[in-house]
Amino acid sequence: MTLAALATDNTLATRAQRVAAIAAEFADRVDAEGRFPKEAVDAMKAERLLAIQVPSAHGGESASPLEIAEVCSIIGQACASSAMIFAMHHIKLSSLVEHGEESQWHLGFMQEVAGRQLLLGSATTEGGIGGNLRNSICAVEIDGGICRLQKDATVISYGAQADAILITSRANADAAPSDQVMTVFRKGQYTLERTHVWDTLGMRGTCSDGFLFKGEAPAEQVFPKPFAEIAAQSMLAASHLLWSGVWFGIAADAVSRAQAFVRAAARKSAGQVPPGALHLAEASNLLQLVKSNLLSGIRIYEDAKADGEKLSSMSFAIAMNNIKIASSQTILDIINKAMLICGIMGYKNGTPYSLGRHLRDAHSAQLMISNDRILANSSTMLLVQKPDFSLLG
Amino acid sequence: MNETIRELLGRVGGLPVPVADIADEADLYAAGLSSFASVQVMLAIEEAFDIEFPDNLLNRKSFASIKAIEETVAQIIKSREAA
Repeated sequence: MTLAALATDNTLATRAQRVAAIAAEFADRVDAEGRFPKEAVDAMKAERLLAIQVPSAHGGESASPLEIAEVCSIIGQACASSAMIFAMHHIKLSSLVEHGEESQWHLGFMQEVAGRQLLLGSATTEGGIGGNLRNSICAVEIDGGICRLQKDATVISYGAQADAILITSRANADAAPSDQVMTVFRKGQYTLERTHVWDTLGMRGTCSDGFLFKGEAPAEQVFPKPFAEIAAQSMLAASHLLWSGVWFGIAADAVSRAQAFVRAAARKSAGQVPPGALHLAEASNLLQLVKSNLLSGIRIYEDAKADGEKLSSMSFAIAMNNIKIASSQTILDIINKAMLICGIMGYKNGTPYSLGRHLRDAHSAQLMISNDRILANSSTMLLVQKPDFSLLG
Repeated sequence: MNETIRELLGRVGGLPVPVADIADEADLYAAGLSSFASVQVMLAIEEAFDIEFPDNLLNRKSFASIKAIEETVAQIIKSREAA
């Protein structure tokens, strides 16, 4: 395809590739400086990728989970931080798309996200809850049509750059820790006082600083549905699937670099392959497993969406947990194999085969919602869940 | 059945309030039932009534209130008798 043709090709994949090209150009700088990937996010807005999930009737493109995961993967092959920001935005957007149509305010806001390409942030983590996002300490206070909330949010990814923040809290001052609601606060309706700086091993561009959040907004911005239902019916699946899309992208780029390394070596020495070449076959095998796992997870999600009961069933939650565990662990093996193949050229920064950023970014996967917590959660459900070993469904 | 369910809830439900203060229709999750505790309650109910919850009934809705649990258990017992 010629450049001119590429510029006017507006399939989703091509638009994502144009964003990925920009993300790739700045990826090393974003990583080194731990700064927000502004260029890539501006490109997502310019390509109107931030609202593809919104139904066409409301100004979006009704993109399927599979299409959104594909965009996560394409951008993930270029810059994991940019892709993770894209994924986290769409995870928040899924709450609006799946649960927002019941309220006039949320429906209007969803249309505005589409029209103005607003970037949505998330504040589910809180100091003192020990990482369990299904518990809150802070409570939203509703008084005369106004809601007020103060939260010690130890992590708000791209909090300073988001155009709105979707934040969890207890439903009222007397509510139990697990009786939560989620509220949309738009920029201008809250202040953020930075309490922790995001200086991390990887995913450095997500700028997931900690903040003291103080917000005040019309009370209609509280989601009418309990957060427990939002978490079970849209957030759980969207998180595990879209994160896995990003992670697949990181691992795919590592394999692609390793393959290029082996190929270049084989060309130079008349078909002689470097000693690590066997690992390429192993890495390719594992990458295929991650892909199959993700694709089957997306299919399970799409089937369950057609049948609301399934979405809140234990077997669905266990299946989504399994997708997350498998992809987050396997990508580390894949990148490690790619490193063995590329050797010192992979270990060094600034070569065409560098894998340091991939490896560091990928290490976040096991920790964002700790795999130990997820395994504990699944093992509890397995006490009562009845297995279904049919290959058909 | 209501009494047995209330007794089990009180024993393994880990609720921050006495079970006697919870109405049959009240939302148990809002009352503080955690997902871990809800599994403990399911196990205890399976044992007490000698039943097994099929997968399609293992969801939030079946355990949303004391009334919902009663209906779920009754439904399982009824379908077992029919079989």
